[in-house]
Amino acid sequence: MALTREQMAMRVAQELRGGFYVNLGIGIPTLVANYVPQGMDVMLQSENGLLGMGAYPTEQKVDADMINAGKETVTARTGAAIFSSAESFAMIRGGHVDLTVLGAFEVDQQGNLASWMIPGKLIKGMGGAMDLVAGAKNIICTMTHANKQGESKLLQHCSLPLTGVNCINKIVTDLALLEVKGGAFHLLERAPGVSVAEIQAKTAGILICPDDVPEMVFS
Amino acid sequence: MAGFDKVVVSYEEAMTGLCDGMTVIAGGFGLCGIPEGLISQIRHMGTKDLTVVSNNCGVDGFGLGILLEDNQIRKMVASYVGENALFEQQLLSGGLEVELTPQGTLAEKMRAGGAGIPAFYTATGVGTPVAEGKEVKTFGNREYILEPSITGDFAIVKAWKADRFGNCIYRHTAMNFNPMAATAGKITVVEVEEIVEPGEIEPSQIHTPGIYIDRVILGQFEKRIEKRTVKEQA
Repeated sequence: MALTREQMAMRVAQELRGGFYVNLGIGIPTLVANYVPQGMDVMLQSENGLLGMGAYPTEQKVDADMINAGKETVTARTGAAIFSSAESFAMIRGGHVDLTVLGAFEVDQQGNLASWMIPGKLIKGMGGAMDLVAGAKNIICTMTHANKQGESKLLQHCSLPLTGVNCINKIVTDLALLEVKGGAFHLLERAPGVSVAEIQAKTAGILICPDDVPEMVFS
Repeated sequence: MAGFDKVVVSYEEAMTGLCDGMTVIAGGFGLCGIPEGLISQIRHMGTKDLTVVSNNCGVDGFGLGILLEDNQIRKMVASYVGENALFEQQLLSGGLEVELTPQGTLAEKMRAGGAGIPAFYTATGVGTPVAEGKEVKTFGNREYILEPSITGDFAIVKAWKADRFGNCIYRHTAMNFNPMAATAGKITVVEVEEIVEPGEIEPSQIHTPGIYIDRVILGQFEKRIEKRTVKEQA
């Protein structure tokens, strides 16, 4: 069975480590915050200038001056810091953020990412995505393995305009966990009940599969 | 009070000197931390052919979005403009030009502009459409593109409190682009929730020193919320 959005977020959350500063993009990446392993402390960075993003506020605590990068009202957790956009992107571009999780339209076997622009459709802008992928040490991309027409989103070469080059290390799709290195996708884990053959059929780029590909384990 | 007193009492005075064709840098992220009254004053003045530099362009009917209603903006420099139907319409009809700029590059362009740095190299955007036509240079084993900085004829800024000398502090994430915008205007106007006497803000707590500020005006703010997200009561 292909993973649900929540299960994809759960699998990404297994990559978190205590003490990580983490930036989560909009969509499935945002859900990762719900699955931080118990007893582990991570600090969420929101690029509008908040390190230590907390939960949504109660109705009484809603404050128009307290938002995240998705423009949602949020709170600051104990130990949070608030700063300007330049400071925020200094920590992003300077490589101080340990992990970035973001969505994508396409990833290719060189680790190139396309996530912001579909020619012919309205272009809304890249926001902070280009800065995040140029600066983070470790980037995980979450997306469905194939589009609604069944066409692979893991390609030899991205067909859409890029967000960043050679930047993606790991990909969590609804079918698999993959690593990108040496100009190829490496299959690390498959979703429970999904065959290697199905993953191969839906991967257009070079895919390297070990003899035994373990299934993902969810506790 | 003579000398350093920068307080003005009317929005007319606050935006005096703004002319057609000028560049205006505006602080704010979405609708958070925007100089609402100064934007309304530009609308009221009817100034045309403006280049506006801001992370976003407001929403329909609020924030910078109201400057689209009479086609006052000729060019928008922003990182994300997805919240605004009128913007989309003017973009598609060719009446509006947009220069999409990565958010961190935009913040740094303002910071550098205000600090007298004409351009800087960054890895952000290398190999993407943003790099087209820009100088590429290799440092170490990595490529970087040269990004020119930005200054404006005017900068419009929203702070929480300022003293009469223009020393400002911001509240929570309403800080965002405001400190950089404040440094990058030939004339910088700050609209605040409260004006205090010099000395009332602890000097080491000041976010933007008054040297960057030309005019201070006491504003009234609606503080509209773009996405009101709440959790259930425990």
